[in-house]
Amino acid sequence: MATVQDVYERHFPSGISPSSWEVWSWFFMRISGLLLVFLVLGHLAIMHVFGGGVERVNFDFVAARWHGIFWRSYDWLLLALALLHGASGTRTVIHDYVHRDGWRVLAKATLYVATFVFLSVGTLVIVTFDPATLAH
Amino acid sequence: MSPAAGKTEPYHKTRYKGGGGMWSWILHRGTGLMVLGFLFLHILDTSLIGFGKHHYDSFVNIYKTAWFRPLEVLLIGAVIYHSMNGLRVILVDFWDRGVRYERQLSVAVNVVSLVMFVPSAFIMLKPIF
Repeated sequence: MATVQDVYERHFPSGISPSSWEVWSWFFMRISGLLLVFLVLGHLAIMHVFGGGVERVNFDFVAARWHGIFWRSYDWLLLALALLHGASGTRTVIHDYVHRDGWRVLAKATLYVATFVFLSVGTLVIVTFDPATLAH
Repeated sequence: MSPAAGKTEPYHKTRYKGGGGMWSWILHRGTGLMVLGFLFLHILDTSLIGFGKHHYDSFVNIYKTAWFRPLEVLLIGAVIYHSMNGLRVILVDFWDRGVRYERQLSVAVNVVSLVMFVPSAFIMLKPIF
């Protein structure tokens, strides 16, 4: 059984041993990507394609949907995985195009702060939403 | 500078020749960044629900206009392509014969993406005509 490190090195035979952070972020992209295929296609089918799509999405629709724990959990998992997957992909893009050390540090710092802020805001909204106090 | 027989050039010295894989790579990057861009916007619009019914509904109404629908269809297309091409990347990385069938896998990605996208686009665009 090949280890994650073995599989990584087979595809990126740079001669330089990658850091474990690099190997694990590569592996995370595959695992989160696989889960996201199901989560995001389910989300699109329900919210955008079938049953009237975005036409019927409004406060009352979301309130009914987030009444139970299931869709709140689904949406939070989708939020967290999509954001981290997207941030990790953007980190790769930054590594490819931003070569000056200072600019790269700045770009990555901005990316990490934005990811943290948006993940916090999204989590706060999903966890604290209470239709009873907001239906006006 | 041609590589000696039986020897592989170091990864960073191989001359890049483009081809089909290049387009998959460009599309994967482009669609990924586009979807992430929308995700940021989507987190902001959803957070309006914490300010009450009025704020949320008036913003979501923008998404329901006919002007926005083509962008929504474009977004769905980007997500579908990125998902299917991502599965191909996973197969090539983890399946022993993934590299050998790379061309067939690319064709499968394009066919499956279109099969998923065309009916979805039809369903989504139909109400605005």
